[in-house]
Amino acid sequence: MSQAIVVEDLAYRYPTLDQDAGTYVFKDLNLEIKQGSFVALLGSNGSGKSTLAKHFNAILLPCGGSVSVYGMNTQEEEHLIPIRRNVGMVFQNPDNQIVANVVDEDVAFAPENLGISSPEIRQRVDNALKHVGMYEYREHAPHLLSGGQKQRVAIAGVIAMEPQCIVLDEPTAMLDPKGRREVMETVRKLNREKGITVVLITHHMDEAAQAERVVVLHNGVIKADGAPKEVFSQVELLHDLGLAAPETVELCYELDKQGYDLPLDLLDTESCAQTLYDLLKA
Amino acid sequence: MLKDITLGQYFPGNSVVHRLDPRTKLLMVVVYIVALFCADNWLSYGVVFAFLAISIYISKISLKAITRGLKPVLFIVIFTGVLNLFFTEGTHVIFSVFGITLTWEALERAFFMVSRIMMLITGTFLLTYTTSPIALTDGLESLLNPLKKLHLPVHELSMMMCIALRFIPTLIEETDKIISAQKARGADFETGNLMQRAKALVPILVPLFISAFRRADELAVAMECRCYQGGEGRTKMKLLRYHRLDLYTFGFGACMLVVVFALRSFGL
Repeated sequence: MSQAIVVEDLAYRYPTLDQDAGTYVFKDLNLEIKQGSFVALLGSNGSGKSTLAKHFNAILLPCGGSVSVYGMNTQEEEHLIPIRRNVGMVFQNPDNQIVANVVDEDVAFAPENLGISSPEIRQRVDNALKHVGMYEYREHAPHLLSGGQKQRVAIAGVIAMEPQCIVLDEPTAMLDPKGRREVMETVRKLNREKGITVVLITHHMDEAAQAERVVVLHNGVIKADGAPKEVFSQVELLHDLGLAAPETVELCYELDKQGYDLPLDLLDTESCAQTLYDLLKA
Repeated sequence: MLKDITLGQYFPGNSVVHRLDPRTKLLMVVVYIVALFCADNWLSYGVVFAFLAISIYISKISLKAITRGLKPVLFIVIFTGVLNLFFTEGTHVIFSVFGITLTWEALERAFFMVSRIMMLITGTFLLTYTTSPIALTDGLESLLNPLKKLHLPVHELSMMMCIALRFIPTLIEETDKIISAQKARGADFETGNLMQRAKALVPILVPLFISAFRRADELAVAMECRCYQGGEGRTKMKLLRYHRLDLYTFGFGACMLVVVFALRSFGL
């Protein structure tokens, strides 16, 4: 499989007013994201996850090292539009990323910017809205939709560009459980059915557990990187970084401390319940 | 209180008025306003009123929505009415008390002024009620397109308008929240003289402005992420095209304008 995003020795610091250097967010960060994969990016507040995400589509440019997206260096000006149309980005607050007053016109915003012909835009918009299950709402006003629906419209607005990769920056942080479920289902479906690479930044461990790969970031340094089962079984490390493991793992961890011997890689409720049941029966 | 502001609200629908090209509607509003300001007698007011009434009827917009739109300007309407009532010279005196005289001419003039303002507002509301803001700004952009040659930022202006309209409901909701939050912390907006009340608004405006700036920043990044790079090379999903319906509407509007002009010049 080819690489979607390659980050090499990335260094970045936010520009400050005074001449001497502000603190670095990253010093030399290396990360590769495979095409078609589903990667969750975890980290406590201020760990640099959003800053890193903004490097993926050239919203921020590295101070040192390089970020290349589908072989295009983000620092080269002529690649800007091709990079942005290939790496779509969805943000936390759905209200602040919807441009238009009608759902379908908002979804059409990106293809309109790309100069695509009118009938093709229509087709892309309809397809995108069907993919996120919002086709029936195409003529609604966005501010009358629920949070989860708004966020799905925002996702449709991104996939109308037909990107190969979507970066979602805490897309469920402002949503209720129902909205979170809707958004996560949509994201998983896009990854599975359309083969779109997904980079999901999240605070919710149960969402990260649905990914193929989990990357834990702390103060601009990657502390853990691997399959969810590998990463989440390192409960002590997660606690040190101000994070928690999924509830099922936390439960097993607490029981282990009491002298039981439970595996720490049970990420879904069913398997955890089954293991506990077996334990109690034995 | 803030829920009453319906400015820039769009009610989706599929009536004849909704389906008209936004440029047609914009031009018709201009025609309508010209006619309204040229009308100077009962008959011509009647013609303009009939035009408005027909438009409202076929737009299927509820009268409730329209009266709700008139509420915020009620004060100005009453103020104008009263001013005209007592400060218009006339000969046909109805009564005269304490040096205040009321004449038939004043009554007529006040009625004309009040109905002119109300019809003006209703007419323009009908435009925003039946036209989605994007269609409206598209129409405006297309109508103003010739001005691009004079290096006027037509696209930027229409984009700005579109975003401003889009954020009206969001910011109203936000204002409501801030007001509740400040009330919960003991802020008092209802008592005191005008100065004190104006000062009481500061704790609402400051957070509102900060949040608006934050939103603007996030929106700008989101727009850049979606490849926005100005009007150059941009296409449209919904192309503007005049249909037969627009032709009829232009005919209808022109007829009204001619009748109003005729009534004015012949002084009927």
